Amino acid sequence: MARRDTPEINAGSMADIAFLLLIFFLVTTTMNVDSGISKKLSEKPPPDYKPPIIKEKNIFEVNINRNNDLLVEGEEMKVEDLKEAAIKFIDNGGGIGKPGEDGTPGTACDYCEGERSESSSDHPNKTIISVQSDRGTEYGAYIKVQNELLKAYTVLRNRLSKQRYGMLYTDLEKRYKDSRGSDKEEFKKKVEDIKTSFPQIISDAEPTSAN
Amino acid sequence: MSKFKKKKKGLPAVNTAALPDIVFMLLFFFMVTTTMRETSLQIEAPRLPSATEIKKLEHKSLVSTIYVGKAKDEKYGTGYNRIQLNDKIATPDDVPAFILRAREEVSEAEIPFMTTSIKADKESSVGTITDIRLKLRDVNALKLSYSTQTGADN
Repeated sequence: MARRDTPEINAGSMADIAFLLLIFFLVTTTMNVDSGISKKLSEKPPPDYKPPIIKEKNIFEVNINRNNDLLVEGEEMKVEDLKEAAIKFIDNGGGIGKPGEDGTPGTACDYCEGERSESSSDHPNKTIISVQSDRGTEYGAYIKVQNELLKAYTVLRNRLSKQRYGMLYTDLEKRYKDSRGSDKEEFKKKVEDIKTSFPQIISDAEPTSAN
Repeated sequence: MSKFKKKKKGLPAVNTAALPDIVFMLLFFFMVTTTMRETSLQIEAPRLPSATEIKKLEHKSLVSTIYVGKAKDEKYGTGYNRIQLNDKIATPDDVPAFILRAREEVSEAEIPFMTTSIKADKESSVGTITDIRLKLRDVNALKLSYSTQTGADN
């Protein structure tokens, strides 16, 4: 009777240990996917570069001063109203658009639903949004303005996409990303079409310095 | 008394033998998905501004991050305009070198797809961001992303 049964290891607290580890990893995990407002910088112009002449009426001027106040086209405005103002401006369609790259003359904007006022922008593809900020402007305010402007474009693109392809532009983009093979080509064409109809031209003017 | 005793048949205890298995499964999931921060922050974690029109950054290996915010170390002052590259507080003049070094790590074909992500605090000033932007343009690092939180749609 020398053989003694080895007592079973008590595994009752194993769950506790595992929980402890689990909670540790739960707390330390950061699942944030990096996301942000993407922007493409313009290339550095050559020294003898002459900026093209752009008609005043095609520029939507947004100024942010050092107190984070907004001046849009010479008038004070709240950030909340910026989107509407931008939509109105881009969507105006008062004249003819840029001539095509192959030399075809520009056409009037047939998908614009704006007022077609003479004194506002000619065509979405001619419209330039220029954001000028002060060096002392808060970054948060700057991002807010950029976001509102992008929102304006999204609204317009969604509208056009709904008319042409029966779905929102945001959905169209998502489908394009998820699709494979020949579908992808088709979606790509649609996305490009919407993109060129409402190109996002948001330029950052040199900031004024606060002295 | 016997009336009461009859009732007390008792439910069998719930078997918790599989509980550790479940917990371990969760544990492994979190262990695998966890990414530890590679660079230690020299500035206070930036409070990112929130935005709605955002795009996800893909290909983590092609993203180089620049932090802007308030330095933890008091000797750098208390303004929100300190720039951190890698592990050090730096100046805008160091940005080109930082980008060029990041480029060495990827193949030539991928260089045009490299993105610079700026994680700046809400209270940083646009001037600092502009300085960085000009330096980025100097080295032709044209893809830029202003890192933001996902904000509520209003």
